[in-house]
Amino acid sequence: MPTRDNFGGPDNPNMPEMPQFTATSTLVQPRPEEGAKDRTMVLNMGPQHPSTHGVLRIVLEIDGETVVKLVPDIGYLHTGIEKTCEAKFYQQVVPMTDRVDYLSPLSNNLCYCLAVEKLLQLEIPDRAQWIRVLLNELTRLNSHLVWLGTHAMDIGALTVFLYTFREREEILRIFEHVSGQRMMTSYFRVGGLALEPPLDFFDSVQALVKILPEKIDEYENLLTGNPIFINRLKGVGYLSPEDAISLGVTGPPLRASGVDWDLRRDMPYSSYDKFRFNVPVSTDGDVWARYVLRLQEMRESVKICQQALDGMPEGDIKANAPHVVLPDREKMKTQMEALIYHFKIVTEGFQVPAGEVYQTIESARGEMGYYVVSDGTAKPWRVHMRYPSFATLQALEKMCVGRLIADVVAVIGSIDIILGEVDR
Amino acid sequence: MGEALLSKDAVFESLAQNVAIQALRAAHPDDVTNAKFDRGELSLVIAANAIRAVCRTLQRAGYNFLEDVTCVDWYPAEPRFQVTYHILSHKLKERVRLEVMVESIDPSVDSITPVWPSANYYEREVWDLFGVRFHGHPGLRRIMMPDDWEGHPLRKDYPVEGYR
Repeated sequence: MPTRDNFGGPDNPNMPEMPQFTATSTLVQPRPEEGAKDRTMVLNMGPQHPSTHGVLRIVLEIDGETVVKLVPDIGYLHTGIEKTCEAKFYQQVVPMTDRVDYLSPLSNNLCYCLAVEKLLQLEIPDRAQWIRVLLNELTRLNSHLVWLGTHAMDIGALTVFLYTFREREEILRIFEHVSGQRMMTSYFRVGGLALEPPLDFFDSVQALVKILPEKIDEYENLLTGNPIFINRLKGVGYLSPEDAISLGVTGPPLRASGVDWDLRRDMPYSSYDKFRFNVPVSTDGDVWARYVLRLQEMRESVKICQQALDGMPEGDIKANAPHVVLPDREKMKTQMEALIYHFKIVTEGFQVPAGEVYQTIESARGEMGYYVVSDGTAKPWRVHMRYPSFATLQALEKMCVGRLIADVVAVIGSIDIILGEVDR
Repeated sequence: MGEALLSKDAVFESLAQNVAIQALRAAHPDDVTNAKFDRGELSLVIAANAIRAVCRTLQRAGYNFLEDVTCVDWYPAEPRFQVTYHILSHKLKERVRLEVMVESIDPSVDSITPVWPSANYYEREVWDLFGVRFHGHPGLRRIMMPDDWEGHPLRKDYPVEGYR
């Protein structure tokens, strides 16, 4: 038995041989430059690292503390969701989509449902569309609150995290109230919503929307004038608009680089064209611009929520398509036809006419797209998910090269990366 | 959304004002082998050897943003792989879908990374999960699966639960 005295000693025969770790990698080889031998070294960051927001691994080549090269290594969270979707009925895919971008489950639900509805050419009632908009803006607020808390924590401002998660908890409570789940909501269905929202749902949203603007002021009080925060963010991670477009960047980082593009306004879906809101744009292109822009976006989201509450139409929450939408529980128990439809949809799924569609929405991080190909059966032939973080990750090297390692942390925070959607 | 247009001639006739169609008609009249306008979305089937030139033409015509590159496996039909590109114009607020059909024997197509560097990751993903090669790609490595993985999981002849 190894005792405290001999454990780990070099002569201990019980000690397993330790693997040799070296600071090299297959992704990046150190390259001595200009005669100076071993001028650069290779540093591994992640996949277990608190400021990579999940399981992102980055291999850095550094010269002193300056980043010379940066290679992201992803796939640690790859679960093959796209493959799994091909083995499920169309309605069974909805809960799969929750798990992709786990901070904005309702945006995933919406994008997938819109794609299938486009394939089926369904008309969705106004009330369902407006509730979808309302919940999507709450999702955006939820996601931005998590981003703000964790981003500030990466920079070293620990307090903000506690404040943002206080309000996020309220939003999650609303999600739980309406769908029964805090995070994996699966509340939208192909053809509408799962259920009519509970009676006091709109009151609780109204109470939240009322306090949110002053809460956002509170976060700004903690951060916007803070000299340490400003110094860590201003001028860091610059991305030009040309690079942003050629590297596939979307969402807040694209708008912070001066490209005025928001799918909610420019290619409206789910009756976003009936809402009035501003799309904040900045030309600075740095981490600070992305911070300011996301805070402005949160204020705009609050406005959209208020408009949705004020103008919420009455009516159905499901499309009139009995072969696709499950009948009401009450009808199912009393009407033979409804029972038959229910049985058929649950056991055989519903058939979707052959074709292909690409549906995009503006998620909290940028352009989320679902490319759904149908071969006319009840299971999708192919579901491809285009997620913003995956594309934005390609711009990481551009933003970090020539800066310090500490800036890499700030830049990762500013692109608001979610590894669930990078790896899928 | 109107009626679906399912042939090249019908699409070219009805959508003669479309910027993408005008540009491609002028520069690559024979490289568009088929076209479809269905559910409000324009799809153009492009000859495999012309995809890079077509992308460059579209980029000059104002379709400035590559949204996505992906693939569909039509196993057991031939040609088996359909490589799909979604290209967006910020100015026109329009999207066009390009499709390239690829045979199952040594599936490969020209990389469009010289036109849009953002195709880098998308094409690596297609290579990793479908096994379609891209000529001229700067570093065609696996991206989702481990480097020593065998097979391409999103192919239809690859079991959903994997090989056990």
